[in-house]
Amino acid sequence: MGKRTPLYGEHVALGARMVDFGGWDMPVQYPSGILAEHEAVRTRAGLFDVSHMGEIECTGENALEFADHLVANDCMRLAMDQVLYTPMCYPDGGVVDDLLVYRLQDRVLLVINASNTDKDFAWVREQQDAFAGDVKVRDISSKTAQLALQGPKAQEVLQRLTAKDLGEIAFFHAAEDVEVAGKRALVSRTGYTGEDGFEVYLPAEDAVHVWREILRAGEPEGVIPCGLGARDSLRFEACLPLYGHELDDQHNPLEAGLKFFVKLAKSDFVGHAALVRVQEQGGPERRLAGFRLLERGIARQGYPLLDVQGQPVGTTTSGMPSPTLGAAIGLGFLPAALAQPGTRIAVDVRGRAVSAEVVKIPFYRRSAK
Amino acid sequence: MKTPSELRYTEDHEWLRPEGKSGRIGITDFAQDQLGDVVFVELPEVGRAVKKGEAFGVVESVKSVSDVFAPITGKVVSVNQGLVDTPELVNQDPYGQGWIVELEIADDAEVQALLDAQAYAALQEGGH
Repeated sequence: MGKRTPLYGEHVALGARMVDFGGWDMPVQYPSGILAEHEAVRTRAGLFDVSHMGEIECTGENALEFADHLVANDCMRLAMDQVLYTPMCYPDGGVVDDLLVYRLQDRVLLVINASNTDKDFAWVREQQDAFAGDVKVRDISSKTAQLALQGPKAQEVLQRLTAKDLGEIAFFHAAEDVEVAGKRALVSRTGYTGEDGFEVYLPAEDAVHVWREILRAGEPEGVIPCGLGARDSLRFEACLPLYGHELDDQHNPLEAGLKFFVKLAKSDFVGHAALVRVQEQGGPERRLAGFRLLERGIARQGYPLLDVQGQPVGTTTSGMPSPTLGAAIGLGFLPAALAQPGTRIAVDVRGRAVSAEVVKIPFYRRSAK
Repeated sequence: MKTPSELRYTEDHEWLRPEGKSGRIGITDFAQDQLGDVVFVELPEVGRAVKKGEAFGVVESVKSVSDVFAPITGKVVSVNQGLVDTPELVNQDPYGQGWIVELEIADDAEVQALLDAQAYAALQEGGH
């Protein structure tokens, strides 16, 4: 039996199909199904239990400097209550994990992937030992629940449960001590779906109450609980990378298309020298690219990518039929020369070469308000 | 979950509807429910000879890829072209319009050896 979030009983009662995800028993879908859940988030809003995500709290006078040393993005320019997305690298440039960094009043919060929590915490501890400044780190994952309400109606629905004006929370910003359905929470305008929405962090014991209240408040809009299946299809369309697919210790963030989140101008961070070298040598030799299948078939993780001569040149990292676009699309690593939109490639779908075309990513971008 | 009594079943969740010398094959109500929204069905070529237990088709949902195994040995005499454009028929009507292939039956004894509805239903209750 895997680990359970505080909402395990809710999922079972709602009829969710539970699967193992990184050692956690998580809902992959509810009876409504992945396509309906996906559509709810794109058109209304959906509620996800993401309590399996890990949280590391850094405190001490130099907590922000420590975070800045750990990750590739620039933490020092974070305003109070601001959030940033960043890769965290090994010295060779390979990715330990991708995470969110919250600069809060008395602490810096790192929100990491569930399946990487133990590995990440050990890595952060190791870096802490070598760090000269004043910082303490604590794994608060098991005490912390996290809900994500995502979709164009997210603000309207969540607003019914709080006196805090959610309009004041800008994209990638947070507010602390916000009362949501009578419980104190950290609320940020962040997410992993490509839609507007909020992530709500709260003590594990308050999770069931707030989960139920959000679903009740969202009933008129058709807000439904959504599982990891829809979370994956939503993040995939928006080309938000998933560790173990687009990111791992064998690929650096420049290859994975995260150049914007790597600040080489920073004086130093773990992996800095290796990434500077990649840039000095003309950029990465392989790049993450998006492609669309031109014939019937679906590319899945691990399926080889072929050039027009049929030679293997890369590998699919994620692929599925896009519910929003109605086309089979995929992401994968290709030699830089083949990663340009318009390039013809093929996908080896169980021994059959299915022709495909490299296209611009992200596949999906929500329209501006 | 429905398990019509006139059909025969495999432990891999295929069904067979014997009608004379041939039989239609599909996946069970239980299987389609487990898979979720079916978005693609890969059909074998008509005329292909398949052995019992051989993977000869593929059903894909948003998240997963599942082989369809031949419940018996035989030759593919027709495939359900309707699934090319409406794969969701597998979800909507797994024992009817969601059929996948029709096989010519090579050995009647193989059909008799398949599970009946009661045995298949008991298998599901046994915990899956």
